[in-house]
Amino acid sequence: MSAREAILKKVRASLGASPEDGARREAAEHRLASPPRGIIPARGQLGDEERVVLFCKMAEKVSASVQRVERAEDVPAAVADYLRARNLPASVRMGGDPRLEAMPWARLKSLEIKNGKAGYEDEVGVSHASVGVAETGTIAMFSGPGNPTTVNFLPEHHIVVVDAKDIEGDLESVMSRVREKFGKGQMPRTLNFITGPSRSGDIEQKLLLGAHGPRALHLIVVG
Amino acid sequence: MQITSPSFKENSRGALADAQLQKALGNVRAGFIDKRLKAVEALPEFDLLRDNARAIKDHVLAHLDLYLEAYEKKVTESGGHVHWAETAEDARRIVLDICRKANARTVTKGKSMITEEIGLNDFLEAEGIRPVETDLGEYIIQLRGEHPSHIIAPAVHLNKEQVEADFRRVHKHLAEGRDLSEPESLLGEARSVLRSEYFAADVGITGANFLVAETGTSIIVTNEGNGDLTQILPRVHIVMASLEKIVPTLDDASQILRVLARSATGQDMSVYTTLSTGPRRPGDPDGPEEYHVVLLDNGRSSMLGTEFQEMLRCIRCGACMNHCPVYHAVGGHAYGWVYPGPMGAVLTPSLIGVDKAGHLPNASTFCGRCEEVCPMRIPLPKMMRHWREREFERGLNPATQRYGLGLWAFFAKRPRLYRLASSLGIPVLSLLGGGKRRFRYLPLAGGWTKYRDLPAPEGRTFMQQWRDGGASVRARVA
Ligand code: SF4
Repeated sequence: MSAREAILKKVRASLGASPEDGARREAAEHRLASPPRGIIPARGQLGDEERVVLFCKMAEKVSASVQRVERAEDVPAAVADYLRARNLPASVRMGGDPRLEAMPWARLKSLEIKNGKAGYEDEVGVSHASVGVAETGTIAMFSGPGNPTTVNFLPEHHIVVVDAKDIEGDLESVMSRVREKFGKGQMPRTLNFITGPSRSGDIEQKLLLGAHGPRALHLIVVG
Repeated sequence: MQITSPSFKENSRGALADAQLQKALGNVRAGFIDKRLKAVEALPEFDLLRDNARAIKDHVLAHLDLYLEAYEKKVTESGGHVHWAETAEDARRIVLDICRKANARTVTKGKSMITEEIGLNDFLEAEGIRPVETDLGEYIIQLRGEHPSHIIAPAVHLNKEQVEADFRRVHKHLAEGRDLSEPESLLGEARSVLRSEYFAADVGITGANFLVAETGTSIIVTNEGNGDLTQILPRVHIVMASLEKIVPTLDDASQILRVLARSATGQDMSVYTTLSTGPRRPGDPDGPEEYHVVLLDNGRSSMLGTEFQEMLRCIRCGACMNHCPVYHAVGGHAYGWVYPGPMGAVLTPSLIGVDKAGHLPNASTFCGRCEEVCPMRIPLPKMMRHWREREFERGLNPATQRYGLGLWAFFAKRPRLYRLASSLGIPVLSLLGGGKRRFRYLPLAGGWTKYRDLPAPEGRTFMQQWRDGGASVRARVA
């Protein structure tokens, strides 16, 4: 008997369940086919503008910095301002997300843009979030050809653009969007929920930013 | 790892006398409790979410075989591999095989209690493969050759001076005169040392907080980002998970995530919650080329259908130990194996046997705080009592305890004799207690009188006082 069979047999024996029990199978299949929503906190259930305001507030609470701009065209200038204000080199790593590529980067003559996955030496990464979550100030990043996961973790500074109309009230709404975008039961290789910059409390429980991931997370909310 | 649970009492004595440890344990009391409370108070739905989290896991456990099959199917569909391991030995072999096929020399590791449970690091090292822990706390204790003393804060038993000494001892390539007096500089040093390890590793091993049957996804929850670098940089990603990590759907995972971070560290959401499904897709610029999940049983299937089934709801948040007066006093190592605190007191006897871990369920004041804070509403004190019963049934307690209880039971079942014996015994004890009415030493009660005096009884039994005063008490109530 394979280990698989042995384990499943033991589980069934302990539960006193028979593999032929149709009602059990139906209960499990039903839950998978139509996932119950569960308890959704009232906190994020707000009108459009209030939801964006809550998102910004919650993100700041976890030590992200947040900036709102009106239009997507304003993003390159906001990125340049961020670099200048922190004395960072005029060079960013930026996957190849079509939403980012459509922005007028060419106007910034001195800014170097490196495409593709991030490496050891990258100091600043720029990504586009797929969804924002107002209840916790979280951003959701789907990996894909234009969205390397390494950009989310290797650079010291991570700048993330999020569209105001992509900010949802709660985590479950992101899951619904995932089903819509990729199809039921399908996922991108990596879905990162990011809530603030990296941190550790492992030495004497003192909270420090910048453990292995970015030391700083800057969110640019468009709209 | 070597099991020292049978010497829990000696371990505890050592822990109580260890000044460094006692100082560090102050951080547990100070840090975790307040942060959790604030986060919980800020979410009015917290208790409803706990109820739902419990219901979800109860449903999973009752249908575990079916969800395991559904999960496996989705992992395979997305290009990953599921390996089933009945025992720790099987799991170690499976990991070794994958590493050998990948020609691995260095393996980076995200935090995983299961790999501690199966003793993976020692095993890989003996086979010539170098495991590198990347969680800061795990990295520190690996340098020291120790094991975690807490399931989410593995190095909570250490002070920064100890960490500094270890870094100076091991990071010989760095300048001797560097300043490492603050946690900031220690963190910075670990960050740069580990960066090169991530890039050098051939295989990355992480644990899993959840396995999602709907999509074949594994989820890890971290704050540092080390678990992510561990899984996206090497060519092969191995997930180590035990059977009960399954949840049916993405929504179910979301529900439990809400109670997990709040109970663990008092955060609304941990910094990184990462959902991984299969290997990298065509066109993806990064991510692992192979994705393996090792599903470990190691005794869990035999907990199903018993009075310990509910323990399998545990999501390893650590709240029970953060609120446990016994854990506060002795720390995690005294428990003698991987899982400390109240959850360890229940789980350890299930996994390594009550003959070895019988002391743990006895190490409780039954104050009930663990159950009060457990996000999964696991009745920990009740289960500790179950273990005590089993221990007694199997005759594992020391003879004096068994005879003492037997003698007490004899009298307790015969109320008239009991009353007679106590009304004779009390005046004697009262006389012996002397003018101070206290005992500095009493035979058979040395464990108590060694640390404090035992008050002598007042002279009359409760039953006598009740008979005399009872009438007036009853009149007052009426
Ligand atoms: S028993 Fe409850 S409180 Fe303790 S670690 Fe498990 S889930 Fe958390």
